[in-house]
Amino acid sequence: MIPALRSLAARFAPFLSAALFTTAALAQDPIKLGEFASLTGKEAVFGQNVTKGTRLAVEETNAAGGVLGRKIELITEDDQSKPGESATVVKKLISREKVAVVLGEITSGRTLEAAPIAQAAKVPLISPGATNVEVTTKGNYIFRTCFIDDFQGTVMAKFARESLRLSKVAILSSVSSAQSVGLAKYFRERFTSGGGTISADQKYGEGDKDFRAQLTAIKAAGADGIFIPGYYAEAALICKQARDLGMKLPLLGVDGWESPDLIAIAGTAAEGCYISTHYSPESQNPVVVAFNERFQKRWGVASNALSVLGYDTAMLAIDAIRRAGTTDGSKVRDALAATKNFPAVTGSITFDAQRNPTKSAVVLTVKNGKFTFVQDVNP
Amino acid sequence: MSEFLQQLINGLSLGAIYALIALGYTMVYGVLRFINFAHSDVFMVGSFIGYYLGKHIPENTVWGGIVILLGAMLGCALLGMLIERLAYRPLRGAATLNVLITAIGVSLLLEYSGQVFFGATPRTFPAVFPSANFNFGNLVISTNQIIVIAVAALLMVGLQLIVYRTKIGTAMRAVSLNPKAAQLVGVNNDVVISFTFGLGSALAGAGGILYALNYPSIDPLMGVMPGLKAFVAAVLGGIGNIPGAALGGLLLGTVETFVNGSQWSTYKDAIAFAILIIILLFRPAGLLGKFTVEKV
Repeated sequence: MIPALRSLAARFAPFLSAALFTTAALAQDPIKLGEFASLTGKEAVFGQNVTKGTRLAVEETNAAGGVLGRKIELITEDDQSKPGESATVVKKLISREKVAVVLGEITSGRTLEAAPIAQAAKVPLISPGATNVEVTTKGNYIFRTCFIDDFQGTVMAKFARESLRLSKVAILSSVSSAQSVGLAKYFRERFTSGGGTISADQKYGEGDKDFRAQLTAIKAAGADGIFIPGYYAEAALICKQARDLGMKLPLLGVDGWESPDLIAIAGTAAEGCYISTHYSPESQNPVVVAFNERFQKRWGVASNALSVLGYDTAMLAIDAIRRAGTTDGSKVRDALAATKNFPAVTGSITFDAQRNPTKSAVVLTVKNGKFTFVQDVNP
Repeated sequence: MSEFLQQLINGLSLGAIYALIALGYTMVYGVLRFINFAHSDVFMVGSFIGYYLGKHIPENTVWGGIVILLGAMLGCALLGMLIERLAYRPLRGAATLNVLITAIGVSLLLEYSGQVFFGATPRTFPAVFPSANFNFGNLVISTNQIIVIAVAALLMVGLQLIVYRTKIGTAMRAVSLNPKAAQLVGVNNDVVISFTFGLGSALAGAGGILYALNYPSIDPLMGVMPGLKAFVAAVLGGIGNIPGAALGGLLLGTVETFVNGSQWSTYKDAIAFAILIIILLFRPAGLLGKFTVEKV
């Protein structure tokens, strides 16, 4: 016990002395950014992709001379995809490493776990991918880089009304998913205020396999398109059964559809459906093209939505520190909240009063068995 | 009108699958007086047999489809007989409740070993039969729906012939009527019961293939809901009664589809089951079942 304590004290000594001299050595010390991500465990793919983007952002900033005349130091902690672990590692990042900003997490659940800790310590936290509406209600130090679930409904309504020129869309939503219910609500509001009508409002349960009854009713209602907020497992069967019933109308989905399994299960029935999501590597936007090249060069693999969100999140934090002119938590928070038209790779970011970005989404379609870019949709 | 007919077709093709599974429940109940809860998981195994056979047999061919259907039926028949031999036969003569709990155990065993061997993620079932859609005005019928209804009808007729026109069928009815008396007149009960399980499971296997044809995403827990519905269909028609199970399945599938297509789709199962309760209030033995008074 006693030797253990002694070794612990020995390990802490450098930190203690570093803390004492911080004020004096301010100019040379790097600015610390703390990232927590699922580098191992069941969602390891998520965390590994995000951190690639984050690291690229930090490396590029340092290569360009850093910020406020200081280098950036990225400290990445692994939360092992486990509940409970996020709180521990974020506490460590804030109290021991004294990071200026916390970056993470890609999932809503683990962000919700860490948010109260960052809020209490008055350290800004920016999540790259937590789409759950509740996340930023945890406090005024909590931000996110991704759009929220409700926004997608609005985007698809706008796309259906203005790009596809649909006027009588049917909604087929899941009764058991809060996300699906929310998406349907916002779609309905935006679509009807845009002059369209909702010709049928049908429901299904998670895990259902037979949707012919709902689709037949939608067909009889004379719909010219169907909005289906949900995940790919049900969506694939809905696509297939709609085409089996001879319905050729466009099917509109959301980011939950974006999986290779959608195309594997639905086959040719998925062709021509439209989904909204955060980003497409195929976008011809010069910012995206340039980012893809840099990412490919650094990591040897193509970028995806997760790594881009990681990159944007880090860049957003660095930009706020630059504008604040300090690493003081409350000043960085104010700078973040005042972010206007920040040129992120996933679109221009301006925070609203709830610290959610109003930014564009992309619409993809399935073409020859692949997700293909269609267009950007601005809110 | 065309919407009504379309929903009727949708309902009949769903109901035909319920009917096929319900037949297995009802046959086992008729002979052994207990509910084989593992039946819905034999149904699941049937579609996985089809999935793995489909990897070796060219897709979109009629002969390939028939081979897969027969293969799944054979595999499931063997599985059903194996379950009976290992799990139920040692308990023959024990209290019904013991056998019932064993059945639930076997059901869970199949579901979770399925997750180990097949994986828990949904798989895509191959398009085994060539498919096309026929249009009659506004009505659309897919070949898969026709195959489901035709195969189910054929199997039900075949089953009726086996039960009423063959020696083993006569033996089955004898065991159902009075197992001890059947044994006294020279019926080998073990063989008859084994055969009953094989036959019922083969129908479940066929049901599994037909279900996967229409809903080509299969997973180890896929049998749970259709199994429950089929059990309800069997009770609805009068458990132990073969035409009753078929009628119950078709009725339940049709009602469910009509509710689903209406504005009350959220309550589809609630309404379907409420109908069951009402029917059972007026006909406690089910639609075609005969109410038998327990003799002292």
